Amino acid sequence: MTQINGKLEHKVIAGWISSGASVLDLGCGDGELLELLIREKQVRAQGIELSDQAIQKCVAGGLSVFQEDIDTGLSEFGDKSFDYVILNQTFQQVKKPEFVLKEALRVGNKTIVGFPNFVNASARFQIFFKGRVPVTKSLPYEWYDTPNLHFLGILDFKEYCRKRGIKVEDSAFIRKNRRVKLFANLFAELGLFLLMSS
Amino acid sequence: LQKTQTEYFTFAYPPEELTLESGEKLGPITLAYETYGKLNKEKSNAVLVLHALSGDAHAAGLGDDESLGWWDSLIGPGKGIDTNKYFVICSNVVGGCKGSTGPSSINPKTTKPYGLSFPIITIGDMVQAQWRLINHLGIMKLLAVVGGSMGGMQVLQWMVSYPDKIRSAIPIATTLKHTPQQIAFNEVGRQAIMADPHWRKGNYYTSKPPAKGLAVARMIGHITYMSDTSMAEKFGRKTRADKEPFKFSADFEVEGYLRYRGDNFVKRFDANSYLYITKAIDYFNILNGHSLGSVFKGLKVKVLVLAFKSDWLYPAYQSQEIVKACKLAGVDASYCEINSTYGHDSFLLEIEQEAQLISHFLYGVANGNGKGENRQ
Repeated sequence: MTQINGKLEHKVIAGWISSGASVLDLGCGDGELLELLIREKQVRAQGIELSDQAIQKCVAGGLSVFQEDIDTGLSEFGDKSFDYVILNQTFQQVKKPEFVLKEALRVGNKTIVGFPNFVNASARFQIFFKGRVPVTKSLPYEWYDTPNLHFLGILDFKEYCRKRGIKVEDSAFIRKNRRVKLFANLFAELGLFLLMSS
Repeated sequence: LQKTQTEYFTFAYPPEELTLESGEKLGPITLAYETYGKLNKEKSNAVLVLHALSGDAHAAGLGDDESLGWWDSLIGPGKGIDTNKYFVICSNVVGGCKGSTGPSSINPKTTKPYGLSFPIITIGDMVQAQWRLINHLGIMKLLAVVGGSMGGMQVLQWMVSYPDKIRSAIPIATTLKHTPQQIAFNEVGRQAIMADPHWRKGNYYTSKPPAKGLAVARMIGHITYMSDTSMAEKFGRKTRADKEPFKFSADFEVEGYLRYRGDNFVKRFDANSYLYITKAIDYFNILNGHSLGSVFKGLKVKVLVLAFKSDWLYPAYQSQEIVKACKLAGVDASYCEINSTYGHDSFLLEIEQEAQLISHFLYGVANGNGKGENRQ
């Protein structure tokens, strides 16, 4: 495999994706991840994004992107119409995460979910000792301006997948751009999951 | 500003007339067209621009009569469609009255203007004629076809009629098919023309033209191209200095504006062309027997669909239908709904974001996709 520069979370995702696959990135932002996947994995990429500025950047990068709200669903995409659907750092920001995840699992053969671990050690420290809602590197927002609508930890998500019968094929946990091997729920800032559609 | 010149291409001489969608034959056909920029050696940088109902071949630069092209804010050196990079072509549609063959042209068989003996024209016929022009210019494949409103319908028609002759398509503020509301507005315009006694069943070329009828048709059109907001901003309830209250003169500025636009239009447009072209728009239905999922099946063209938030004549949901058809067919597409206040006219007037998107998109098509080389 070629060397991939940039964020570790993007490297992990790229590592999960097979060459030449089709990828739908929900909430693709300015398209940084998709561009990496095109470069490294020659994927056929499609993004969905709401922000005007982000769309401009995607188009500037030659990406295909739809200006849409993923909370309204993916009904216009057929079942299994993409090899991978990515919900990276978007999952906790949508109004109906369960609905969006269901849709992602329907449309993709595999789904990749990435979210900030809301219960990591520094967050716990701030709540416990400072008595404040945590503001950390992976949760940089104040309570009044956060786009995050749902707060979950790595254990919460694992438990959710178990309850719903969603098969986790692989997972990765990251802190300060390094992999976390032990006590992920305590230490990791980010959790990434590769899910199999049933 | 660059001076531009209108050129003419005549084809389909008898007995090889063009067979129209209706089955009727038309020929010879002349298309008026303008070009801007230089065609490169590989002939791979040609962009075909398609005009709306009242447009013409003069899309950019200064014309012979010192008039500015109708999309000059978008097309030119360093602009959204950069004529330093691209060779831009724009032609007047068949059925039009700005140099291309239409109902006001002389029928060589009778040596008189066609009038209503001119055959019914469709968007498909317009595109068929454009392909002949492109072929004549020696271009085997267009880098892009771009247009708004009726121009956008022609873009969609290119995607279906000549999918292997284009590399990308940009349909703007348009629709897969005209809705009853859209047909209704056009019909009121047509009725205004036909109710004018000077119309004389289209046979007015040696007498007074139906100027009042055409002006009213244009006034209705203008109302639908603007928005509540843009009219309030432009006119408010301001009244004119020379008003004569309650004599039904143009008391309010908006009235004066509409009268002015209507009267001006009459000088440059033929009433019969207005009838023919609005009918072509109303009959347009790219689905025509296809399902939404099959109309773009197998299309290997990159598509950028643009809509404007304040456009109520061609609302964004109609552009989203185009996007849906692309999705269902797995076509490589992008969609953006641009913030605007000017209504349907936004695609001509509020062009900053539109120009950026088009410029970036064309660069991506011309230089390979998704490599992020165009980041600013």
